[in-house]
Amino acid sequence: MSDIVIKAENIGKKYTIGHQAERERDTTFREVIVQNARNLWHKTRDLATGRPIIQGESLEEVWALKDVSFEIRRGEAVGIIGRNGAGKSTLLKILSRITEPTEGRVTIKGRVASLLEVGTGFHSELSGRENIYLNGAILGMTRAEIKRKFDEIVAFAEVGKYLDTPVKRYSSGMYVRLAFAVAAHLEPEILVVDEVLAVGDASFQKKCLGKMDEVAKQQGRTVLFVSHNMAAIQNLCQQVILLSKGRLVSWGETTSVISHYLAQGGVLGSAIHWSEDAAPGNNNLRLLSMTACSEDGSKDGVYQSQKKIYIEMTFKASEIHSALCVGFDLITEYGVTVLRSYHTDMEDVSRPEVRKGINTWMCAIPAGLLNGGVYTVSPRISLHNISWIVMLDAVLKFEVVLNHGVSSFWHSLDSRSRPGTVSPILKWKVD
Amino acid sequence: MIHNSSNLKKAPQGLAESLLIIEPGRTEKNYWADLWRFRELFLILAWRDISVRYKQTIIGVLWALLRPFLTMVVFTVIFGRIARLPSEGNAPYALLVFAGMLPWTLFASALGEASNSLINNANLISKVYFPRLIVPVATMVTAFIDFLISLLVMVGMMAYYRFAPGWSILLLPLFGLMALLASLGPGLWITALNVKYRDFRYVIPFVVQFGLYVSPVGFSSSVIPERWRFLYSLNPLVGVIDGFRWSILGGNSPIYWPGFLLSLAIIAFFLWLGISRFRKTEKSFADII
Repeated sequence: MSDIVIKAENIGKKYTIGHQAERERDTTFREVIVQNARNLWHKTRDLATGRPIIQGESLEEVWALKDVSFEIRRGEAVGIIGRNGAGKSTLLKILSRITEPTEGRVTIKGRVASLLEVGTGFHSELSGRENIYLNGAILGMTRAEIKRKFDEIVAFAEVGKYLDTPVKRYSSGMYVRLAFAVAAHLEPEILVVDEVLAVGDASFQKKCLGKMDEVAKQQGRTVLFVSHNMAAIQNLCQQVILLSKGRLVSWGETTSVISHYLAQGGVLGSAIHWSEDAAPGNNNLRLLSMTACSEDGSKDGVYQSQKKIYIEMTFKASEIHSALCVGFDLITEYGVTVLRSYHTDMEDVSRPEVRKGINTWMCAIPAGLLNGGVYTVSPRISLHNISWIVMLDAVLKFEVVLNHGVSSFWHSLDSRSRPGTVSPILKWKVD
Repeated sequence: MIHNSSNLKKAPQGLAESLLIIEPGRTEKNYWADLWRFRELFLILAWRDISVRYKQTIIGVLWALLRPFLTMVVFTVIFGRIARLPSEGNAPYALLVFAGMLPWTLFASALGEASNSLINNANLISKVYFPRLIVPVATMVTAFIDFLISLLVMVGMMAYYRFAPGWSILLLPLFGLMALLASLGPGLWITALNVKYRDFRYVIPFVVQFGLYVSPVGFSSSVIPERWRFLYSLNPLVGVIDGFRWSILGGNSPIYWPGFLLSLAIIAFFLWLGISRFRKTEKSFADII
């Protein structure tokens, strides 16, 4: 008996996307009618013959995943990382059988449970109790299994007295807790988890990660875990698969793959702009640009640690939501998150107010805080406890030259940095 | 690649060594077996739809009694009193109408529920695997429960008119099944099309409204001239409704056999069409919904 529980051989997934043909600027009404009539005819024909129908005039084939092969052994926790659109979700969808691969083959030994979303199938009119049964069945538990674990689930979710209240009356935090509690009590041999832990408050996230850790390390189950949270991946996974543009770029021991991933940032600059139709976000908010610059105005990507460094974010808001949090993660080249900052960390009165239209905000990283080294910045925009709006990895890169020390000994260990994640100057005095 | 052997533990008991192979076209092979494995999900989805149905309504499940009853009253007045169409044998006109309403409502609501079912469950479809056939079939259970409730009205009316059914009433479940199958075929086809083209969401209410008058709900199919009767049975509901009337009203309402068999054939054809179209497009639901 070999110990390989998941074996993927050259899997690929092709999507066909339709494009509207470029129109001449002065299209006449008659031409539009003719064009539409022709489209209608094509669609009717496709409908009658049962061919897949794609909107648009010209078709383009896109490989969301191509030639991906890997093996995962029993009891391994494997992280899957990559930028948005790298094919991570497609891979998980194939492994959990939601969609079929276009080519290749996956062999899986054991029962798979996949958690691509917290609270799939939750019905807002039903009570917490009813939703536990519903969601459990959707995730593949039997009634008997749910019954057995019911008390445990309720205890984990901390919703006790609201058990018989419809979940539409729950706070978003309670909702997420309940949903994760059900999922956490699945007992498959293989657990496939998408970025679902990212919602919920910090203490609950910690609890979730702890549970995942328990599943992986103590119960010896196989876990596949997609995340943008490098610290979580680092903690949880022994192996990491790095995808880029649908291909497997790197696969191996966690730390080395993560630094490979962050090093891809070699192409990154200290500023990035998106065109409005390609800008990350949703219909209510789009992130248009981000810049890292120094207090002295330089934007060349190499900054002195004795000066403030500004992270500038420009976004367009079409809808204003009170739970909006705009922020970023600052990550070292080794994948360690130095800090996360949100504008809501400040008191209401002093923080910038979101206005409809274009907002340009700056966050100042204090002088004399960062150690020397290369940093990447990952935008994090969310509706607190509700959903992510922008969750991109490493869109900016800059280098910090350590020179804020006043003592002549400051540089003695290393000309660029000293040990430690940060290097602030702390107060010393005689007690 | 290093593998840490200390992480090796025995797999949990049970389906430990079940082998799953995913490749293009593979789901085809163990589809029907999967359908059986997911029977609990089927039950729980059906239960969800039923328990949600009358949430936040004042009279709740009374709606299931009230709607067919009121329609029956209106039809009896219009077709029986105003248009003075003949009943069958000595059966009261209200009974005749209600015996037609029962299968019609079952068919119409099952069709309506089924054809929107995939879109209404889009989040499930795109996040979890299960044989998709479960979704439309489970929603039809709601229509069936409503049907059972309105059977009570039927029983009440028969007591009111002191009308005793014959042995043929025992075949009523068969005709109920026929009504369900009649809606399943088109329902599956339309719900599959609905995933791509939301147009069909507008087609169904129209078809249902139209069908109510085209099918012999408010009148007996014996008012149709003899030479058109076979052609009229191309509408599969004609067979179903005739069957219901025969089963409830007995000898008062004899079945017109050639037409009944034609209706059966049409139902079988649509069932085949619906299932095969559904199965053909099912794989791509998650990609395009």
